[in-house]
Amino acid sequence: MKATVLKIALATGLMAGVATGAVAQKKDVTIGVSIPAATHGWTGGVVYHAQETAKQLEKGYPGLKVIVKTSPDGAAQANAIDDLMSQKVDALVVLPFNSDELTNPMREVKKSGTFVTIVDRGLKDPSIQDIYVAGNNPEFGRVAGKYFVDNLKQGNVVVFRGIPTVIDEERVTNFEKALEGSGVKVIDKQYANWNRDDAFKVMQDYLAKHPKIDAVWASDDDMALGVLEAIRQAKREDIKFVLGGAGMKDMVKRVMDGDKMIPADVSYPPSMISTAMGVTAAHFYTNAPMRGTYVLDAQLITKDNAKEHYFPNSPF
Amino acid sequence: MTETVLRTSPEKRRFSVDMRALSPFIALIVLIIAGALINPDFLTASNLLNVVTRSAFIAIIAVGATFVIAGGGLDLSVGSMAALTAGVMILTLNNLGGGDLGTLALGMLAAIALSAACGMANGLIVTFGRIEPFIVTLGTMGIFRSLVIWLAAGGTITMRNFELRELYRPVYFDSIFGIPIPIIAFMVVAAIGALILYRTSFGRHVVALGSNEDVARYSGVPIWRVRTLTYVIQGICVGIAVLVYVPRLGSATPTTGLLWELQAITAVVIGGTALKGGIGRVWGTVVGAVILELVANIMVLSNFVSEFLVGAVQGAIIIIAMLVQRSVHRGR
Repeated sequence: MKATVLKIALATGLMAGVATGAVAQKKDVTIGVSIPAATHGWTGGVVYHAQETAKQLEKGYPGLKVIVKTSPDGAAQANAIDDLMSQKVDALVVLPFNSDELTNPMREVKKSGTFVTIVDRGLKDPSIQDIYVAGNNPEFGRVAGKYFVDNLKQGNVVVFRGIPTVIDEERVTNFEKALEGSGVKVIDKQYANWNRDDAFKVMQDYLAKHPKIDAVWASDDDMALGVLEAIRQAKREDIKFVLGGAGMKDMVKRVMDGDKMIPADVSYPPSMISTAMGVTAAHFYTNAPMRGTYVLDAQLITKDNAKEHYFPNSPF
Repeated sequence: MTETVLRTSPEKRRFSVDMRALSPFIALIVLIIAGALINPDFLTASNLLNVVTRSAFIAIIAVGATFVIAGGGLDLSVGSMAALTAGVMILTLNNLGGGDLGTLALGMLAAIALSAACGMANGLIVTFGRIEPFIVTLGTMGIFRSLVIWLAAGGTITMRNFELRELYRPVYFDSIFGIPIPIIAFMVVAAIGALILYRTSFGRHVVALGSNEDVARYSGVPIWRVRTLTYVIQGICVGIAVLVYVPRLGSATPTTGLLWELQAITAVVIGGTALKGGIGRVWGTVVGAVILELVANIMVLSNFVSEFLVGAVQGAIIIIAMLVQRSVHRGR
């Protein structure tokens, strides 16, 4: 009984959402944003940038309303999307937990006439998304690999993997591809779960196992911090540098300050949510065509451009 | 199991107890031999010291878990509690702002007080709420974890004062007479734990409570107080573990202490404490924690296990280690 009442309420909400969709030309636009809750550093950054961008966009486009909702897991995100639809949004910007899970709910959203923007993890059926803003994981691995080839030229490298996922697999295989034919050799690979403590332990073991390590691809800034502490404890001088990834503010700061062990970083910016929100808002307020796929580069952060990647107020 | 032990003659009892208590040590020796065969670097002093040092957190937490489990309880919240305590401790240090010993002492005090309070909350809800400890601590696990995520805004809580960080760092990295401080810390905690569990009436009450609550009640054991206290001890142990954990990386993140509860429970069980309560073995627990860390170390040092299969081999080794133990005391 209760469930039926809820369903009716939801259905009315959805219909109302369709109705306002038609009024979008009057520049009264509502954009819903559904993102994962801040459960680790990178998603913490996503939440921060989403909230900052919401404020900026509302200021820049009069009549625009942006509603940001965070969810702790995939199922909760599906509910949050229902809630947003009942608030009559004209467009929905979603960074899905799991693209498989969300494909069907998003198909329903699309059917109701809402403009759909997907970020980072693409849906199974690409015809659902009007805009797709993608981070580039293969490129993330390639850029890192190229850095080792250009700067180390020759030597032994140990690799830290994250959590066994497609993201991790794409990064690592392309890293190794980029090394092919060069003098840089991967002598060991282990999972450290994008976790500082695990990376610390694995690095201690690497140091015990390998008498000569020339450089470390930590592949993530959290893991890089654990690695640095283990190297410091062992007092080993053979390691020339550690390359992290993602663009955590502490690490970008070290690149900016010219830390010898951290000469560079590879970006995988949580601010890609801002790109998606900006493009979505522009779709409603400008005549420029916006539909399509945007692939963001994984950029090499060096001392020269570190300033552009440094957000002191972000939690990440 | 306890009843048969009680019925046997004193002489025989002492002997069989010794064998049972020894079996984790036998498993440990077998593992060390296996490690040495796999990679000669395994037996270097620096590698072994590293491994034992980093098993300190789980070992200290598991000493507390030995009390809770021996008393017939369970605490799933220890990993989250450790993260929350570490987070609050660092925030306290940052807010005090000083770089001196006094600041550090205050931060440490805050950590122990908070973790003891968390343990007390678990204990009081279990005893006075009369709810299964599995459910209570599953609930507080979520609460503590969310609180640390909230405090960190999803990011990282890092010690800001560089001087303080350098002042505190030796607590993890330095040694006294060649023995790293974390190892000394967990030996002291285990010794005190063993003293309380084996030599005090409170310790005997815990074991009595775990083997049969009704019998314990009729024998005049203050059930509620004893049970609550086991959770407080668990909380204090988490606090001590945090005191050793924070100087290592000087930060707490939402992933700090993830799955530590399972590692602590595994260490306790490998050590010979019965999961259903009634038997507690503090020294076995410490060995269990070291075994867990050794297995992970051997996996990284070995060259023939693909990184995709590390988890499977680790699981198999732990099961085999338990089977070896069982066969040892079945043979007696």
